[in-house]
Amino acid sequence: MRDLFRDAEHLFRLATVFLVLLVVFLAARALLIPEGFGTYGHYRGGALQEARARELRFAGRDACLDCHEDIATTKMNAKHAGVGCEACHGPLQAHVAEPSTVVPEKHDANALCLVCHAENLAKPRGFPQINPKEHAGEDHCITCHDPHAPLPLKE
Amino acid sequence: MEMDRRDFLEKTGKYIVLFGAATKAWDFILAGTPEATPDYDVTRHWWAFYIDIEKCIGCGNCVRACKEENGVLREPFYFRTWVERYHIMPPDPADPKAERLPIVDSPNGGYDGFPERYRDGDGSKSFFVPKMCNHCTDSPCTQVCPVGATFDSPDGVVLVDKTYCLGCRYCVQACPYGCRYIDPRTQTVDKCTLCYHRITKGLTTACCEACPTGARLLGDLKNPKDPMHELLRTQKVQVLKPHLATGAKLVYRGLDGAVR
Repeated sequence: MRDLFRDAEHLFRLATVFLVLLVVFLAARALLIPEGFGTYGHYRGGALQEARARELRFAGRDACLDCHEDIATTKMNAKHAGVGCEACHGPLQAHVAEPSTVVPEKHDANALCLVCHAENLAKPRGFPQINPKEHAGEDHCITCHDPHAPLPLKE
Repeated sequence: MEMDRRDFLEKTGKYIVLFGAATKAWDFILAGTPEATPDYDVTRHWWAFYIDIEKCIGCGNCVRACKEENGVLREPFYFRTWVERYHIMPPDPADPKAERLPIVDSPNGGYDGFPERYRDGDGSKSFFVPKMCNHCTDSPCTQVCPVGATFDSPDGVVLVDKTYCLGCRYCVQACPYGCRYIDPRTQTVDKCTLCYHRITKGLTTACCEACPTGARLLGDLKNPKDPMHELLRTQKVQVLKPHLATGAKLVYRGLDGAVR
């Protein structure tokens, strides 16, 4: 047995160096690679959950139906049926969460209508566009139009 | 205890069946009640996006909604989605060989809409093109990330792990669609997440929610009942820069060849 290891000291030293390197490598790996890395692929699996954690700002049009069924009915068969509530009223998840305390602010209807309906050459043909001065002078849009059912005109 | 072969087989058989049932039940006990567990399964979705250029009116609702929903800085001018206006002159009859490049503008990304710049009757055509991350199947941006901070999620969304991003900007350069920017607040990269926090809860994206004309549509290609399938079957669609073979999942209807 003794003969076997004679003159093999340098091999042991080398083996020790390799062993230390291995331990350092494994320790560094355990320390540096974050938890969940590689669960789904070459990234931290927890990042998926983090991306989902963000708070909502827009509630979605279905949330409005629970309380505002009357307006939904008006809108349903009118020109603006496809327009989501929050397209004009803005993000209202806060209002959905606490309907009594968070009251959505009133908008300037004229400005809102013109966001979409102001004349612009690049808009698709067939989309109703107006020059506000020519179309209504100084009148407000809502004098004649109901924003939820813009046509036919108000009585 | 005396036990013959018949007893032994009967008892072990029972135990095997009961043990199997118990382990299965234990899985459910560990997972909790169905209400308590998030019912979103990443393997059962494959998200894509559809934009109908012929419906876009350039109102900027999507740009505003995106910034609002995702807390994107209003200034300086960074965008997860933005709208471009293309203005293209037809060939000049006096010199039809001369190349006429399209004029593209996007004032503040279309955040405040588009002031009228062009006059009717000059023979030009103009239209709006909403842009956003293409959520490519073979995305160049994830391929260049040196640390695995940006990745393709199992449901086909390209996301960024902000706690892991170095801010090295490789992906910003790699994206052929210009959809990434460095968020000056965190010095990490930021981009469209396809409203991952919304679509995993059964809602649509903020830009779709705010689009008044239905020019934008989120689709789940793993859901056979999704209206996207019908649109892809019946409409002529194209992706941006198809020659780059990025496997873009943002499809446009009515895309003009001049759009880059």
